[in-house]
Amino acid sequence: MAHEHEPGEEHEAGPRHELSHWAKRAYAMRDILVEKGVVTENDIRQQAEFTESKTPANGARLVALSWTDPEFKARFMADPKKVCAEMGIDASTLNEFVILENTDKVRHMVVCTLCSCYPRPILGRPPDWYKSFNYRKRAVNDPRGVMREFGLDLPDDVEVRVHDSTADMRYLVIPARPAGTENLSVEELEKLVTRDSMIGVMDALPSVPE
Amino acid sequence: MKRTHDMGGDTDAGAIDRTEHAMDDWEVLADALNQVLGVKGIKCTDETRRAREDMDSEAYLSLSYYERWIASLETILVEKGLVTREEVDRKVAELENRWGEP
Amino acid sequence: MSGAAVFRDGAAVRVKSHFKPGHVRTPFYIKGKTGWVERCYGEFRNPESLGHSGDGLPRVRLYLVGFHQQDVWDGYDAGSKDKVFVDIFEHWLEPAADAGA
Repeated sequence: MAHEHEPGEEHEAGPRHELSHWAKRAYAMRDILVEKGVVTENDIRQQAEFTESKTPANGARLVALSWTDPEFKARFMADPKKVCAEMGIDASTLNEFVILENTDKVRHMVVCTLCSCYPRPILGRPPDWYKSFNYRKRAVNDPRGVMREFGLDLPDDVEVRVHDSTADMRYLVIPARPAGTENLSVEELEKLVTRDSMIGVMDALPSVPE
Repeated sequence: MKRTHDMGGDTDAGAIDRTEHAMDDWEVLADALNQVLGVKGIKCTDETRRAREDMDSEAYLSLSYYERWIASLETILVEKGLVTREEVDRKVAELENRWGEP
Repeated sequence: MSGAAVFRDGAAVRVKSHFKPGHVRTPFYIKGKTGWVERCYGEFRNPESLGHSGDGLPRVRLYLVGFHQQDVWDGYDAGSKDKVFVDIFEHWLEPAADAGA
């Protein structure tokens, strides 16, 4: 998300008097906490920058390497936080990180029915649909219907495993590697790995987008 | 007894809206403030979750995602004595004054 | 909490169906349902304490518990092998007679 100003900094983007009740209280609490020395403007800016630096590209790299290097995949699935650290992806704020691998016969889909748990230190902020009430309600009892809405009609003999992130575990799906991609480079493969494929509601793209 | 936030399997759900909205400045602030206070050990995730879960059902369902975050954060900061509702009210009035009239 | 996990991998477990006021991470839809322990994740601070500004101690064991979808939802396609997995703390689980895993 592009925002060129500091979070909460005065700027030209929209009249402040039209802000909602709670938006105004966000600025008010920020100012009070800064005045009291509980947090600094700098803390807030750095945190926002840290969050902005987390994007699905992190996950795409991990998935593409897992597709091309079985030894990497084995290590990644066994100790994902350690492998992230080696790759320069700071996942230290993540409690626990669990990798789920899709196959021809078994596929995984991740939800948090109680709130919006998501592997933010790897993928960044969750998409709006992931936080939506309709997804939280339907993912557990209608996963196939949800996937159909995302364009995926699964055969009956494929087993769907829904993971409800109710505790300290954060889940990431390795989607199946699309057929006919044997000659693609790791960099090209990364472009096939979408955010939604790592949540498990879609497949990886069949070919590199134009 | 099932509470509003505990919505897995609710049968009144419709199609999933896949529209992404661009984050407003105050939402970036809400997100960052929440994280910073967690990193500093001033509050934890389960506390703000609890405050959201305790919201009345109508509020939980009608507020936007980051409005729920801010409302729950205020509840917890008031509980911990770091701010009072009145302080926030006064600061809002001060800011409105500074931002000017429509 | 320390020592060996109460429930071994593959053990049949039922999720307790009682209502506990306050912050809990056991979703309503899985209460009273029977599944199996897929694996034990180790010990974590207790969210039921953390949520009410406690220290989360003693830590509690957390399990990945699997359920057949047709055992959870009325009307879920009976021929389906689909499953739902939920992360559940040990004190929400009790032994069950039948795993079905």
